[in-house]
Amino acid sequence: MRNTRIRVPETAASGEIIDIRVMVMHPMDTGFSYNSQGERIPVNIITDFTCHYLGEEVVSITLAPGLSANPYFAFRLRATESGPIDFKWVDQNGEITTATRDIDVT
Amino acid sequence: MRVGACLLAAVIAGCLSQTSVAQEAPVSGYEFLLPETKALQDDDFANPGMLWVELGEELWQKQAANGTSCQSCHGTPEAMRGVGTRYPQWSETQGGIVSLEQQINMCRTERQQEPVFPYSSDELNGLTALVMHQSRGLPMSVATSGPAAEAIARGKDYYETRRGQLNLACTSCHVQHVGDRLRGETISQGQVNGFPIYRQLWQGMGSVGRMIAWCNDAVRAEPLAEGSQMAVELELYLRSRGEGLPIESPAVRR
Repeated sequence: MRNTRIRVPETAASGEIIDIRVMVMHPMDTGFSYNSQGERIPVNIITDFTCHYLGEEVVSITLAPGLSANPYFAFRLRATESGPIDFKWVDQNGEITTATRDIDVT
Repeated sequence: MRVGACLLAAVIAGCLSQTSVAQEAPVSGYEFLLPETKALQDDDFANPGMLWVELGEELWQKQAANGTSCQSCHGTPEAMRGVGTRYPQWSETQGGIVSLEQQINMCRTERQQEPVFPYSSDELNGLTALVMHQSRGLPMSVATSGPAAEAIARGKDYYETRRGQLNLACTSCHVQHVGDRLRGETISQGQVNGFPIYRQLWQGMGSVGRMIAWCNDAVRAEPLAEGSQMAVELELYLRSRGEGLPIESPAVRR
């Protein structure tokens, strides 16, 4: 599990469009850089990010080398019902980082 | 004779203008950034340095094997407000100048009986960022009198000494060419009020010590080891040089 930062409004009116911002701590090594000993740092990236709202996939992103470290995504979502918003990052080795935020829709 | 006098006058004027450059009011590195980078720093969510601050918050509460944590002695991180403005500072027990990183590691070994965090580790950067972040907006004000005065003099000496294959002193850029361009970048005054910084070039966090070593490397000089006495004294001089600048930690720099 990696350190994440997530911003989701706690409440929203039904039908309101909400801003969601997520960030995960990850070096996103491209495979083109070297450490202080001159050894090549192998590729180490997050490959997939998904967001599920009420169990339904709303955002799916495939990441590639060349994205900066600590990838940050901001997107919008129409709030329809109260429930969980789940976030999931998968890195190239299959390491999974998950986080959940609940939203109250009135 | 008159030509000579004119020349002399010109030389004196030249010297004077150089002195006035050296005495220019401190300006934060923030002012030399592109608007996009400024926006990234100003946005507390998007600022990647906040990832380390949050990591620091976790570590702050984490109990060591002997049951102590930062929190158990110091209370909440908010109690650290103002602490970051004073470091590096003279330590009677250590008989030397101690940086915030070293103070954190001293707490680790003496109070928590845990191994030190290595320099430039995420853990140490996280805790430093957390403590410095509490002082955000407060002016840097390190003690410059007493035993610190000698250390500052040594730091100043280092700052003004040419070194490396490029034969440049820190002042060659950060005093004499402030605001000029070095390739695509604008040369700043080299102020350290934003440290530890998230540096885009590094794609990660760095302390003043890491920056000094990087600068040494950039002029092809022997990098000053992070945490060495000279590096800490140089940091103290840098902080005294930027006296009064508001702390921005975690700042974002190029």
